[in-house]
Amino acid sequence: MKLKPIFAAVSIATFSSGLLAADMAKEMTIVSWGGAYSNSQIKAYHEPYMAANPGFKIINDESSNEAVAKLRAMAEAKNITWDLVDVEGPDSQRLCDEGLAMEMDFDKDLAPGKDGSTPTKDFGDSLINKCFIPQIVFSTTFGYRTDVPEWNGKKPEDLCAVFDTKTFPGKRSLEKRPKKNLEWALLCDGVPKEKLYEVLSTPEGVDKALAKLDTIKKDVLWWSAGAETPQRLADKEAVIGSTYNGRLFDVIEEKKQPVAMLWDYQIFDFDGWIVPAGLPEDRKARVLDFLKVSTDTQHLADQAKYISYGPARASSQPLVGKHATLGIEMAPHMPNNPANAKRYLVNNIEWWSNNEDEMNKKFEAWLAK
Amino acid sequence: MSQSQGTQPFVLFDNVQKSYDGITLVVKSFNLGIDKGEFITLLGPSGSGKTTCLMMLAGFETATHGDIFLDGRSINNIPPHKRGIGMVFQNYALFPHMTVAENLAFPLEVRGMTQTEREDKVRKALDMVQMGKFGGRRPAQLSGGQQQRIALARALVFEPSLVLMDEPLGALDKQLREHMQFEIKHLHEHLGITVVYVTHDQSEALTMSDRIAVFNDGIVQQLARPADLYERPSNSFVAQFIGENNKLKGIVKDLKGETALVEFTNGQQAEALAVNCEGIGKPTLCSIRPERVRIGSQAGMYATEGKVLELIYLGDHIRCRMSVYGDDSFIVKIPNAGDGTMLSVGQTIRVGWDKNDCRALDA
Amino acid sequence: MEQLQTLNGVPLKKQIARALFKQKVRALLLIAPLLIFILITFVIPIADMLMRSIDNSIVSQTLPQTTTSLESWDPKTAQLPDEATYTALYNDLKQAVEQKNHTKLGTRLNYENSGMSSLFRKVGKDVSKMKEGVSYKEQFLAADKAWGDLNTWNLFKLYSPKYTDGYFLAALDMKKTPDGIQRLPESERIYLNLFARTIFMSLLITALCLVLGYPIAWLLANLPMRTSNLLMILVLLPFWTSLLVRTSAWKVLLQQQGVINDILVWLGVISHSGRLELINNQLGTLIAMTHILLPFMILPLYSVMRTIPPSYLRAAKSLGATDWTAFWRVYFPQTVAGIGAGAILTFILAIGYYITPELVGGTQGTFISNRIAYHISSSLNWGMAAALGTILLTLVLVLYWVYDKIVGIDKVKLG
Repeated sequence: MKLKPIFAAVSIATFSSGLLAADMAKEMTIVSWGGAYSNSQIKAYHEPYMAANPGFKIINDESSNEAVAKLRAMAEAKNITWDLVDVEGPDSQRLCDEGLAMEMDFDKDLAPGKDGSTPTKDFGDSLINKCFIPQIVFSTTFGYRTDVPEWNGKKPEDLCAVFDTKTFPGKRSLEKRPKKNLEWALLCDGVPKEKLYEVLSTPEGVDKALAKLDTIKKDVLWWSAGAETPQRLADKEAVIGSTYNGRLFDVIEEKKQPVAMLWDYQIFDFDGWIVPAGLPEDRKARVLDFLKVSTDTQHLADQAKYISYGPARASSQPLVGKHATLGIEMAPHMPNNPANAKRYLVNNIEWWSNNEDEMNKKFEAWLAK
Repeated sequence: MSQSQGTQPFVLFDNVQKSYDGITLVVKSFNLGIDKGEFITLLGPSGSGKTTCLMMLAGFETATHGDIFLDGRSINNIPPHKRGIGMVFQNYALFPHMTVAENLAFPLEVRGMTQTEREDKVRKALDMVQMGKFGGRRPAQLSGGQQQRIALARALVFEPSLVLMDEPLGALDKQLREHMQFEIKHLHEHLGITVVYVTHDQSEALTMSDRIAVFNDGIVQQLARPADLYERPSNSFVAQFIGENNKLKGIVKDLKGETALVEFTNGQQAEALAVNCEGIGKPTLCSIRPERVRIGSQAGMYATEGKVLELIYLGDHIRCRMSVYGDDSFIVKIPNAGDGTMLSVGQTIRVGWDKNDCRALDA
Repeated sequence: MEQLQTLNGVPLKKQIARALFKQKVRALLLIAPLLIFILITFVIPIADMLMRSIDNSIVSQTLPQTTTSLESWDPKTAQLPDEATYTALYNDLKQAVEQKNHTKLGTRLNYENSGMSSLFRKVGKDVSKMKEGVSYKEQFLAADKAWGDLNTWNLFKLYSPKYTDGYFLAALDMKKTPDGIQRLPESERIYLNLFARTIFMSLLITALCLVLGYPIAWLLANLPMRTSNLLMILVLLPFWTSLLVRTSAWKVLLQQQGVINDILVWLGVISHSGRLELINNQLGTLIAMTHILLPFMILPLYSVMRTIPPSYLRAAKSLGATDWTAFWRVYFPQTVAGIGAGAILTFILAIGYYITPELVGGTQGTFISNRIAYHISSSLNWGMAAALGTILLTLVLVLYWVYDKIVGIDKVKLG
């Protein structure tokens, strides 16, 4: 029977975790997205942890955008070189399904909240599967230029301004994939939020969404990298566009461009860690130790000092302070701030994991038309 | 050189100059008239300007100054393809992607001849160079000599009255080269065409040409018939360049009409034919062909002592290096007449020549 | 005929063969490192890709009993499989859940039928709750109505074999159904269109590279070495610039508020509202890819042109050809080899490009490789990626063959 040694290994690992630093690996490769986001993690997690553990080193790898494929290739080659990987929620689902990510025991592996709540309760809905340890909530939302002369002083106030090319003429910048666009299209076509996926699950519903998108198709510039929309807004190439809220924060607050946020029907997503399945014991022990420390209430709140994404723990939210360099209060810029989240959607990972392939085909076929 | 229209030669270079960089002249002042049917060779070391002159005539280079006339017309502004001049290139320039026959048909085709006309002319041209069977081959399948013949045939097939040849035999081995020299010469005589031929090989020039223009340093040093060029070089460059030559350095002591009295480096004096002397007291170079030197009892009146330094047996003659008038590289060619004239190294012997064979030239 | 022998009586042929054998072994040893390298980095990966495009062992490996049991089930009866099949399914799934393989299978089957992914994720919990002694069929039907759906069982049966043509069919916009192979509805057809676009655009890019590169190569080949080396650096510059820098440069130049449009508006060629769309469409891909691939056309052309002595053109002119005739009849045919090499190189590189089309191609300027990349890195459907890759490889080989028939591959040279 194959299972016994695995159980044995797990029990030894949990026993040793947090006990003896000598049994833990001296190095750890952490994979993330690079840029400002990696920087926020280095400042909030890596540096404090390395300061507390002299002689320990973190190697940063910026391959998160190809993490899923690389993890699979590593697993096939039976040579896992990564210890901790930052991925988005849907990718974690895929990795978990494929058996490429380690399943966690949240209440045992993670620290309880500062208010004493269990990790399961503290993280709440953000625990989308057994492998995923959430760090932040981010959202995909719209930003628009505040100086478009053709708009005659009007400002977009809700999502459907995106589809209103009469009042708000100009190019729209949308992501080149069906996810989110289909939902927004249906919402502006009169489908209530609760019925979205029920409608989308029928071919007629998809046609309806695509028909709505058809009305603005000629005005859309499609993006595949999150940096494109802010750039297009800054270059006046587009007047309104979707992207991650942190990117918009950057273009508005740091680059001081005449751009404003449209906090309506933003779509929440989680970003967090997964541990590759099949790590050797010493490395696994180290990763679990790091995770326990750096995903506690205070550390998650600290990350928000460097980037405008909200901490995934409920107990971290009151601790969000000022931006480390700009000195502005970060709470109003958090996507999960109640003022910003009057109307919102949460990325329906379950539905999309079933339907993404089919939707993709339909969307591509529609694009090519 | 300008002549009236009626008597103007077939090809005329009139004070032609050429410079590429605006600093140095490659061709300094070129004047040459070529008569119809003549075989003229431009001979000179590489870089002497001879090929440039040929290219100006062909139209691939433009003269910086001066005019070139062909058949009485200035051709300075006529593009090469309208000049109707046949040309054979150094590396033949046969088009590698065409068969031999296609190569030959090319000039006929661009002249708009009909197919039957073309085939007829191509066959005749191939027969003319004895290559009748090779029409279907590619140039790469031919030997160097065969390619040479095809190149010749191609330059002649459209019946130009003037054919230019730019070192056409340079790539062939000696035997083949000599053979081709005769063939070209025969074709020239047979077809009555005018040929301007460029080479740096003096024996080739001597064999083939009606007249030779010896180039050096952008100037024509001498323009003469082969025999005159060999027998009567007008300056020391020509004397050295054409054939083998003994050069005795000396100073002109006296000048009487055509005779110069020259004192050589060892103090001895002798008379020479004053061809190109600058004046009394000036240095001169006396040129004597090795085969004109007589030894022993045959040495005539202008004789001196010579010491044999080296003997080389060459079959038809014996090459003898001697010390004469203080010059240790003095060469004498002794015909192998079988009369038992035997020299030995170290021997001192009388050496002499006809006064007219010793030409006092510029130093 | 009498056999020739060497002086010591060995047949001559044998002796020669022996001598040649040693030479062959030595030659083989010399190329051995390269041979092994190519085998590991080229042949094996391609073979692996071919295997992946038809490999379907996951179904019969994860559900061994079920697939065996389904052999006797006829979908035409429109009846659900019997209790024995459900029991087999229970046993298989129990095993799979223990080994955490059930979600993998769900992912695989979801490529064919949307919904399988969550069905299998859910079945993990369901199976653990099922009781022995009660009809498994009823328990499954109670757990999720999908288990009572004939389509689910049809799918299992269709994908039971160890090998499948399913990926290839999908790559050709088709689908397996119990009633045979059918084309997908028009709203889901994407791949054939993409293949056609990829080939058409690659040909167009190759042609553009040729038209732009030929005169440049000619200039380079006919300038003095020093000047041409300097110009060559300019030609090679795109090689030395990172892709992102180049892409940003194109955006700055080509976008609607970009430099070219600004200049055209300033010149009054176009109006402010009539700014041209030069990027994020096919035109963008054409411009960017032509720029990137130009050196691959220029270099072979240049090295072939270098070997053509100027005397050919002179000879042609002296024979009475005009400049154009001399070029077209004499010079151009000799550069065909370089054109062939450059065209093949450019075309094959173009057909496999995906980053540039993704960045500047918008929706109409993307290639089939973009879908391959999507399946490799995003959807993790490597079987599909392999099938698309195999088709692309086959297309290239077919085009290569056609090219050989028309131009002749022996005529291609790099200088």
